[in-house]
Amino acid sequence: MEMTAANNGAPANTPTSDTAAIRTDHLVRHYQMGSTLVRAVDDVTLSIVPADFVALLGSSGSGKSTLLNLMAGLDRPSSGAIFAHGRNLAEMSSDELAKHRSHTIGIVFQAFNLLPRMTLEENVELPLRLAEVERSERDSRVREAVERVHLSARLSHRPSELSGGEQQRAALARALVNRPTILLADEPTGNLDSATGDEIMLLLREINETLGMTIVIVTHERPRAERFAHRMIMMGDGKITSDGAPA
Amino acid sequence: MKTRDLMDLAARNLREALLRNFLTTLGIGVGVASLVAMLSLGVGLQNLANDRLAKSGLFDAVIVTPLTNFGGFERPQQPSPGPPPVARPLDEDARHQIEALPNVVEVYPEIRFPTEIRFAGNPYPTIVAGVPPSAREGGSFDDMKGSFFSSPSANEAILQIELARQLSSQPDALLGQEIVLRYAEREPLPADSGGGNPGTGGFSIVPREEKLRIVGIVETEPAAGVGSFGRGRLLIPLQVAETLRAAQTNDLRDLLRDTPAKRTYDNLTVRVKGAPQVKAVEDAVKQMGFGAFSLLDATRNLALVFTVFDLLLGIFGSLALIVASLGIINTLVMAILERRREIGVLKALGAADRDVRRLFFAEAAAMGLLGGLLGVTIGWLIGRAINFGTDVYLTRRQLPSIAVAAVPWWMVAAAIAFSVAVSLAAGIYPASRAARLNPVEALRYE
Repeated sequence: MEMTAANNGAPANTPTSDTAAIRTDHLVRHYQMGSTLVRAVDDVTLSIVPADFVALLGSSGSGKSTLLNLMAGLDRPSSGAIFAHGRNLAEMSSDELAKHRSHTIGIVFQAFNLLPRMTLEENVELPLRLAEVERSERDSRVREAVERVHLSARLSHRPSELSGGEQQRAALARALVNRPTILLADEPTGNLDSATGDEIMLLLREINETLGMTIVIVTHERPRAERFAHRMIMMGDGKITSDGAPA
Repeated sequence: MKTRDLMDLAARNLREALLRNFLTTLGIGVGVASLVAMLSLGVGLQNLANDRLAKSGLFDAVIVTPLTNFGGFERPQQPSPGPPPVARPLDEDARHQIEALPNVVEVYPEIRFPTEIRFAGNPYPTIVAGVPPSAREGGSFDDMKGSFFSSPSANEAILQIELARQLSSQPDALLGQEIVLRYAEREPLPADSGGGNPGTGGFSIVPREEKLRIVGIVETEPAAGVGSFGRGRLLIPLQVAETLRAAQTNDLRDLLRDTPAKRTYDNLTVRVKGAPQVKAVEDAVKQMGFGAFSLLDATRNLALVFTVFDLLLGIFGSLALIVASLGIINTLVMAILERRREIGVLKALGAADRDVRRLFFAEAAAMGLLGGLLGVTIGWLIGRAINFGTDVYLTRRQLPSIAVAAVPWWMVAAAIAFSVAVSLAAGIYPASRAARLNPVEALRYE
């Protein structure tokens, strides 16, 4: 099911840009920090097929979050190319990247990043407002997303009134509400206890299986990644050090 | 993002830091209030001047003279494409013809003649002037003692204070008393007694007397209309003055004309509905073959002076608003710092730079709008307070009340629009800065 990716070389069995959900081609992201050049992502070439469940693993500073940000269109590569459903994000304008984030990508953060003064319902509705979805349609879309994460009873609650797990589920509902094709999650279980983290991972698996959504998660929890992901990409110093199915 | 959603989010953000945003809005309000208060004074004073000048009859009047007159009041005649107008006598026919012109309110002659009045057995030489009923609205009689003429045909007189002081050491005691007016009446002669030219007629000068009751004493010298009854010391209703048929200076000229029995006027004052119609009436009168003169040019100069005055007041008033705009910049820049992460989240969820920019502009505009409304209200209240204070001051000095400050609707709309515009201008830098925020860095911000 999953494709392999190789570091610094042509990936084996690489899907074409038309069929891959995400494909990177010699992707580079360097930062200048004072006089030091930080090679956060360094010549990464990989391809992810639709409906795959990929875990990006690595130690802190390995470049996994930077790679995820590049996939999300939140950051731009220094060189190379990154395609989402065949469209090169590196060549997109700022507005086009915003549309990409709005329509193609759903994103979940470690810190949940729910807006504290909004209720759960309003937080989940926010991407619909940004995507200019008609008001008449919003209500049903919000309920559908909230039901999927089993939070229907908490619609009117503010984030501060929700547990960590509930907040992450709310963030997941917010990421799903625009019906994206790719779901990116940056350490989604990092702020949660083990049991709650498993709940979130189960939800992600369910979404992957029922909706056929491509999921890429960044995590440093290898055992959990092995349990849930179809493919594990290890990163170190901005490069892919290994790529393959969990053992 | 749709405008409604944008406004909703902006309102939510403004409510979030309520005290700070309220204080910023209050700052704008004070700025707008200062602007409105300044301008309301300028406009109020302009209205007052315009009103007084309009009432004075200087700016809605056209003075008509026969072309045969010597030069004087008339402006240089513009060369007209048609044949030059034929000079005509300014007589009763001409008066009716001018009265029939559109936008003409009234046409009255200048009747002023030297005379002698008798009071308490003593003679006093003076000059009598006829006053049209419309002069009552002119403001010149606002502060008079006694009252205006009870009717246009009443045998009543208003004395100018200098004359009243001549008649009595206690001028106020003259009210209600009678004086005798001695004057020379122009009496037409039969047609065959014109002195050699059969059929032309003529007139004789006969001394007459008329009793008048003193109804008022006026401090100033009323000057309703250019060259009109100003300079008269004894004012009587114009209609009464006309029926007296008192001999005037132009009577000698009438005597030399072919029809001396037919009376002509030295000049006629034409009152027009308003200043905008003066030019058309002036042109029509000239076309009829008369000289015409108005003070329109003076009105234009006055308007220019007040425009400059308003501009200066507006500049001073705007200073406070400009200071307030720094408050908006400060508030929004602070908001960017506080909401850095939120901006990152919005961008991650699909907000374009444009959406973030519009959101900050909407917040700036909302503060500008609320500040504008608040400022206009405060400015209006300041204007009312100024008017109240002025009223109290004038009343204590037994002077009629006037409105010194005025806040017309256009000023309300302009002040609010200006407030929003200044707020939007103040929002340019913060909005651009927020829109340019790198979402990755913003999301990392704690």
